[in-house]
Amino acid sequence: MVKFYVDNRLVEAHPDQSVLQACLTLGYDLPYFCWHPAMGSVGACRQCAVKQYRDEKDTRGKIVMSCMTPVADGIRISIADSEAAAFRAGMIEGMMQSHPHDCPVCDEGGECHLQDMTVMTGHNYRRYRFNKRTFRNQYLGPFLNHEMNRCIQCYRCVRFYSDYAGGRDFAVKGIRNLVFFGRHEDGVLENEFAGNLAEVCPTGVFTDKTHKRHYTRKWDMRFAPSVCVHCGIGCNTSPGERYGVLRRIVNRYNGEVNEYFLCDRGRFGYEFVNSQKRLRQPLIRINAELRPVSKDTALERLKDIMAVGKAIGIGSPRASLEGNFALRSMVGSDRFFAGIADEEHRLLRIILGLLRQGPVRTPCLREIERSDAVLILGEDITQVAPRMALALRQLARQKPLENVKKWKIPLWLDYAARELVQHEHGPFFIASPHSTKLDDLVTEIYRAAPSDIARLGYAVAHAIDNAAPEVIGLSDELRGLAERIAQDLKDAERPLIVSGPSLHSEPIIRAAATVAWALLHHGKHAALSYTAPEANSMGLNLMEPRKLGEALAVIESGEADIVFILENDLYRRAPRSFVDRLLSAARHVVSLDSLMNPTAARASLVLPAATFVESDGTLVSSEGRAQRFFRVFIPRESIQSSWQWIRDVMFWAGRREALDWEHLDNVKLDMVRTLPALGGVVDIAPSRNFRMADAKIPRETHRYSGRTAIDAAVDVSEPKPPEDQEAPLSFTMEGYPQQPPAPLIPFFWTPGWNSYQAVNKFQEEIAGPLRGGDPGVRLIEQGKGREIYTGTPPEAFVPRPNERLLVPMYHIFGSEELSAEAPAVAELAPKPYIALNGNDADTLGLKDGDDVLLSVNELNLRLPLRLRHELPPGIAGLPVELAGSERLYLPTWGRVSKA
Amino acid sequence: MLSILRTLWNVFLHISRKRVTIQYPEEKPYMAPRSRHRIILSRDPDGGERCVACYLCAAVCPVDCIALQATEDETGRRYPEFFRINFSRCIFCGFCEEACPTYAIQLTPDFEMCEYDRQKLVYEKEDLLISGPGKYPGYNFWRMAGVQIGGKDKGQSEREDPPTDLCGTLP
Repeated sequence: MVKFYVDNRLVEAHPDQSVLQACLTLGYDLPYFCWHPAMGSVGACRQCAVKQYRDEKDTRGKIVMSCMTPVADGIRISIADSEAAAFRAGMIEGMMQSHPHDCPVCDEGGECHLQDMTVMTGHNYRRYRFNKRTFRNQYLGPFLNHEMNRCIQCYRCVRFYSDYAGGRDFAVKGIRNLVFFGRHEDGVLENEFAGNLAEVCPTGVFTDKTHKRHYTRKWDMRFAPSVCVHCGIGCNTSPGERYGVLRRIVNRYNGEVNEYFLCDRGRFGYEFVNSQKRLRQPLIRINAELRPVSKDTALERLKDIMAVGKAIGIGSPRASLEGNFALRSMVGSDRFFAGIADEEHRLLRIILGLLRQGPVRTPCLREIERSDAVLILGEDITQVAPRMALALRQLARQKPLENVKKWKIPLWLDYAARELVQHEHGPFFIASPHSTKLDDLVTEIYRAAPSDIARLGYAVAHAIDNAAPEVIGLSDELRGLAERIAQDLKDAERPLIVSGPSLHSEPIIRAAATVAWALLHHGKHAALSYTAPEANSMGLNLMEPRKLGEALAVIESGEADIVFILENDLYRRAPRSFVDRLLSAARHVVSLDSLMNPTAARASLVLPAATFVESDGTLVSSEGRAQRFFRVFIPRESIQSSWQWIRDVMFWAGRREALDWEHLDNVKLDMVRTLPALGGVVDIAPSRNFRMADAKIPRETHRYSGRTAIDAAVDVSEPKPPEDQEAPLSFTMEGYPQQPPAPLIPFFWTPGWNSYQAVNKFQEEIAGPLRGGDPGVRLIEQGKGREIYTGTPPEAFVPRPNERLLVPMYHIFGSEELSAEAPAVAELAPKPYIALNGNDADTLGLKDGDDVLLSVNELNLRLPLRLRHELPPGIAGLPVELAGSERLYLPTWGRVSKA
Repeated sequence: MLSILRTLWNVFLHISRKRVTIQYPEEKPYMAPRSRHRIILSRDPDGGERCVACYLCAAVCPVDCIALQATEDETGRRYPEFFRINFSRCIFCGFCEEACPTYAIQLTPDFEMCEYDRQKLVYEKEDLLISGPGKYPGYNFWRMAGVQIGGKDKGQSEREDPPTDLCGTLP
């Protein structure tokens, strides 16, 4: 720690900080624009000027940019100095010269960093009497709105988009006061993290276009701490609601997971909550047609059904732990089945075993970011676990940054660091059947079939540690590659291995673990990260459900005759024939879901389940981190959380244990007693009885408006606001006015800081953990045992003359079930296709865009061809889970011919 | 005794004084143009709705009796989809008028809006919108704001240069 003076007060700070960071950490209000905690300083905006004095005798001092000045022992800084304050006000006056007169119609208004800083510096009157420069806007796709007139040239957007996120279709052009930030022409922004521009931009140049369609100011929304449900990473979000409609999602800082950024699927996939397909009332099949009925009628009918039959339960990787546990308790653990494909179930169990028994730690995203070498085996991270791709992009800089440290350049001095690093990347290896969005970072790339990828993994492990299984018949070329990878991983300080179940290949998963264990054996601080397909895939598997395939036997043998399906569309999980057989064999099918889907359409009774913003619960991320999400609002119709529906069904059926489940906390305690593996879940957030100074934490901002007018059109007497029985949060603006504990922060706001930048005041130190520690508890820790190599390298891939191996291809927009229902995401989802490499297509006499006939077993599909020249011969790519494409469990062999 | 006489004298004196009681409703009182009573939504000089649904009136309202929802027409001009004032809660403080950046919401001297049924005091946009500009005849927010709407291109607002030519290389 270094000691220095701020306005003659002796303060302490970490030595590797800039004066700006230190001052913000210490709680001073110091304006800034171009500095961003995740992107460092460039000193472009001149807004954070302070005065620095030589010693106590120095009365003149000099104005310095606090973001460019490192803290040092004994330096004397003045923020309050009148010259420095006048300098800052002058800077902002200059920036405001051409700022349009449009705050009332700007979506940033009320959470605008520029507004905050203008007020903070005291500039309030426009003296400039000449014309303002103007720009034409661009169409940037369905996610972002562009309004260039509002720009203040801080360069944050281009620094985020190009430097941090690796985007290539966005830049700055022009000179002097006419610089323009945008694409070379109108078009959809290609980068999967473009949505962050809405938060990165300190003013309203980039704003959320989906929010614009149902625009509400920040102060008018009801927020709650939530967790993204669109992939397995578990980013923390803060959804906002008004008038019963979910308005938008913004990032909720979690220093160990998503930090400052979200992916576009997480940010813009929320609109499924407002979808026309939402189930809002219980439905009962009467005369082959599903008719809406009241809650009591539905429960009465269920009671009759349950009285005579026996039920099995099918859980869901997108439902909360509590929902799955309630179902498991209702049907019994031997009748609880995983609602995922059997093969995926098996792979997830293997992953869980490798992580829990194996000696290597599964890292959080921050650890991934700080690793200095990576080997990715068989995963297209950007499409499967997008936020991790952004972390991996930072990882690629870690090794070159060592050089920056050597030259004694502080890492936050971004421009200098980037000049030194240039285009150098650390060791970055990808083995994948097709190209990925991270290919621009790679040291070496290996394109091969799944089994060859696994062979490479084993070869690398063997090259690191001789005790690891040897690969038979390895080509010299591949051996050379494996040795180069092994050498780079051995040279790294903190190597990382990334893999996952996406290619549905057990050898790849085992090979990844083998490499990580070999590295550990070699004395490296290795980390091993597996992706998870869905938000609660890990949680569902921790409950040890039975295989879905076994459900059919249970139903067909007559052991049970009711199928209870929790938040799941089984047609996405298993072949059509299997699901058809299962659903017709059962006497009653009860579906509990939030959106109408093919499975619910075949049910005899449908109960409307709450989505993540209308329910409370816990999700376990791919890292094994259990995180609590809180409901943002109570829906008006008879929608309930899944665990509440199941509790009510049990209660009506006369099951006594339902009496104890008055609150979510009771279910949780019961769950922890039954399943000790989930023990940590109790500590992830304060219980429902938690109070701060005898008050709850308000979900609404203190300036929430319209309380006496919102419902006045229906009834002028205001209804009593709903009370939250499940959480220490209130649905009103009343409650504890100061900072709540980290897991309960509904939104970031402090006096004078209305924008998202208020997060600075909630952190222990800038870009560090939230006060009191980042939310979430890790349920999966590495085992204590030594590494024991399991699995054997598979045989090499041999192309077949008349068939192609179909491998799954994922798409960030379209492959995930819920977000695909959001109109903006659906707009960017590709249509179903089949991908082949050019040579394979030539031999079949096919051209790009031709219709192709694909036959797999008895199934025939007509798909347009898309040429992907990088695909290895003998392999065809097929997008998974895109609307319209038939469910096929990949990889599998298929015959491709001209249609 | 003396005090009774003095009282009588005082009462008699008032006979010759000017009357202050106004025979309302036969006789209407003078209401200053600035007096704060029934709230209206005005239109700009071109006849378009002035309200741009910025939510500032709702935010500043101390009794939270204003609720609205913003929407946009196809040209990007913003207006309220609905705009509701619950006059049974309104305290006529005039903060909404002060907060309004477009002079849309104005308090008028008309105070005759009593009802027997509270529900009838809930006014929607159709009840609030008048046909003229109210107290501020000349002002049009859209002429100042640097955003593009129907009938006004980029660079056509007051004190604006034409849109920058991005391919220009002149210093």
